Amino acid sequence: MSSSSLLEINGITKSYPGVIANEDVKFTIKTGEIHALLGENGAGKSTLVKTIYGLVKPDKGLMKLNGNLYSPNEPRDARTCGVAMVFQHFSLFNALTVAENIALGMESPPSIDRLSNKIETISIEYGLPINPEKMVGSLSAGEQQRVEIIRCLLQNPKLLIMDEPTSVLTPNEIKTLFNTLKKLKSEGTSILYISHKLEDIRSICDTATILRGGKNVGTCDPKKENVRNIAEMMIGETIKIPKKKSTISKLVALEVDCLNWVPRDSSQKQLKNISFKLLKGEILGIGGVAGNGQDELTEILSGEVLSNKNTIRLFDNPIGDIGVNKRRLLGLLTAPEERLGHAAIPDMDLIENTNLTAHTRENLVKKSGIVDWEKTHELAKNIIKEFDVRTPNAKVAAGSLSGGNLQKFVIGREVLQKPLVFIVNQPTWGVDAAAASSIRQAILDLASTGSAVIIISQDLDELLELTDNFMAINSGEMSQKINTQGLTVDEIGLMIGGTGAYWKRHD
Amino acid sequence: MLTGNGMIRLEKRPQPSKKWTSITPFLAVLATMFVGGIMFWALGQDPIEAIRIIFWDPLFNPQFASYARPQILVKAGPLVLIALGLSLGFRANIWNIGAEGQYIIGAICGAGVGLAFYPSEGWFIFPLMVIAGALGGFLWAMIPAILKIKFNTNEILVSLMLVYVAEKILVSVSLGLMRNPEGGGFPGSRNLQYYKAASNPELISGTGMHWGVLVAIALTCLTYIMLTKHILGFQIKISGQSNKAARFSGTNPSIITAICLGVSGALAGLAGLFEVSGPSGQISIDFNVGYGFTAIIVAFLGRLNPFGILLAGLLMALTYIGGELAQFMLGLPAAAIQAFQGMLLFFLLAGDILTNYRPKFTYKKRL
Repeated sequence: MSSSSLLEINGITKSYPGVIANEDVKFTIKTGEIHALLGENGAGKSTLVKTIYGLVKPDKGLMKLNGNLYSPNEPRDARTCGVAMVFQHFSLFNALTVAENIALGMESPPSIDRLSNKIETISIEYGLPINPEKMVGSLSAGEQQRVEIIRCLLQNPKLLIMDEPTSVLTPNEIKTLFNTLKKLKSEGTSILYISHKLEDIRSICDTATILRGGKNVGTCDPKKENVRNIAEMMIGETIKIPKKKSTISKLVALEVDCLNWVPRDSSQKQLKNISFKLLKGEILGIGGVAGNGQDELTEILSGEVLSNKNTIRLFDNPIGDIGVNKRRLLGLLTAPEERLGHAAIPDMDLIENTNLTAHTRENLVKKSGIVDWEKTHELAKNIIKEFDVRTPNAKVAAGSLSGGNLQKFVIGREVLQKPLVFIVNQPTWGVDAAAASSIRQAILDLASTGSAVIIISQDLDELLELTDNFMAINSGEMSQKINTQGLTVDEIGLMIGGTGAYWKRHD
Repeated sequence: MLTGNGMIRLEKRPQPSKKWTSITPFLAVLATMFVGGIMFWALGQDPIEAIRIIFWDPLFNPQFASYARPQILVKAGPLVLIALGLSLGFRANIWNIGAEGQYIIGAICGAGVGLAFYPSEGWFIFPLMVIAGALGGFLWAMIPAILKIKFNTNEILVSLMLVYVAEKILVSVSLGLMRNPEGGGFPGSRNLQYYKAASNPELISGTGMHWGVLVAIALTCLTYIMLTKHILGFQIKISGQSNKAARFSGTNPSIITAICLGVSGALAGLAGLFEVSGPSGQISIDFNVGYGFTAIIVAFLGRLNPFGILLAGLLMALTYIGGELAQFMLGLPAAAIQAFQGMLLFFLLAGDILTNYRPKFTYKKRL
């Protein structure tokens, strides 16, 4: 492995009206290394990465690729120079097959058959199992990511940029991904790895560059530093570790009894025989690989999808057949996984987005149907204040907030409504360490006031850290409920794989 | 424009610019005047004079204004009424393209009720006709609504096709069911202007103001309040942004579809009724003149904002009247006037780019 430098970034500065996104950032990515880029939300990671990928033009500074001046005007230029990127949000068409999706992104695609063969070759070579004829809509998030990676690998990149790659993966999928990255590295490809999961970075990255407030605050060897130090370098202050106070009572808050649900179209998962009880003050974790029925379960519990009256009971009231707003009035609130377009509307401001889910429980609409926008504004300001949402004011479009800030807003909006039962799907997906820790603390605080909480997550460390009890979800079925204490990541890995002692199949 | 090394780059704005949303309609009007002027010049006319005849003379030339001013209200009334209804659906991503058909059916139903009472007099006849007109348009629009809700058909196609069905029905009733028995065999119904209990007269002589214009103004205010203050307006907006988020907020997409199509149909039906009982006077083969389609332009020109629509309706009516005047005075072909109106929509939609993107001028040094 040579240690010559592949990409030199020298003094990159980029400012937007009112903010300096990057200020004099300097670092070097060597050939064949996995280089981590770390930082809080708003630290300037995405601006920097977009600069490298040709989406943003810097105001000042130079980049050199293999010693030559490199200033891509658009992603196409970047790709021609051998820079490829896997985004955190995939740009795939659900109604097309894997091969068709990949062909769409190519300048001059070969025939679909030839391309399919190529995809299969790469997928075997790099250990990324995928069937090129499958519809993308039917793939899990992890599989969709593989499509994006293969799309990049087809261009033989010299530098592969990966934005939060493990946030949607299971431990096994992460292992697969890391093997792929190690193989790429051994072939001399450099990888710029953006993540907030310090454990991941420690296990595979050779160098880490840390950004804070748009500036490079340090470069280190992550294997030699301890996690806490790196995290504190990122934030510039000491981190609070979420504290848990258990207050589980014997009262059943939510009961699901023999929930069977058959989807109307094939992109959704069937749910089979799901039964569990959630106690007041309990935090129940539901873990599983993406696409095993988590979204369907969330929508059935929230009331967006109706089921039989008696299958869901809230404090012994049957609620299976009533809609979202009536459930909200009774105290059941939800924060779905997809922030943009489900939990919030990107083009609407935070006041309107507050009204989206808070209008019934917070009495934001008068009997005449007139919306009390002043009261809504007050509530929005309150959410911003209590949950430290970083935004100039409440009149800003939700879509212009960073992922972590929007998630704090979404969680805050529900928590401030004092739910009796709170269901949250992927609470810290793609959120930076500081925001994640404050969201986790908010969930723990909520439970300690006596609310019952269900956390659906693919982040197993998060489940181990926060939950009292754990259930695995696999192919639309759920395991028995077991105490989280004493569980190891490996045991959970087995459970979410659908095997082990805690499964009673109902075939 | 979007080339990598070109002069202008477009950078996406973090959120749509409110300033540009309100400026672009005015820019579009100016651009239309400019390019339209070039077109008139190419047709051998003095462009300044042509623009003056279209935009100035109908309002201020003493020779024409007394005729043209009332005509502006007469034409703007139905355009505004229909566009208000359409704008609700357009906000919710529900595309009623068939307002022309709902306009025809509203007129037929309203006039039918009036003619059924002929020749008896009674204060209740006109209000009854208003209800029948709105109901007719409503029911005609519920056809695409129900098909969309039940079978997920495309409302654009269904509502558009139903325009042609409505036109056939119009021809049929003009020649048969509703033909004036004292009309000497000519197609077309009795003239409602001469049947007092069923007529929609000019309320103040010389203004063009009739009941339809008043209703259009009242509904402009009402729609504005509904959109900004009422939960229904909010639900319509969120349905247009994201179906998933709307459902999460407890909004039933089927109900929003039915409301948007139903209301726009009812308003188009009302426009038809006010027209048939007022300025037009009778059901005839060529009763409809395209208000239902022009109203689509009006809705967008007004940025789907009720007061914007009011202004846009007046402006559109002005180009109609001014266009007729230009045809008469300069002998410009009718098609040139239509092209002129089309340009307006074109420039408006093109101007939308400025609300979502910020142009950045970059200069590349030549080596």
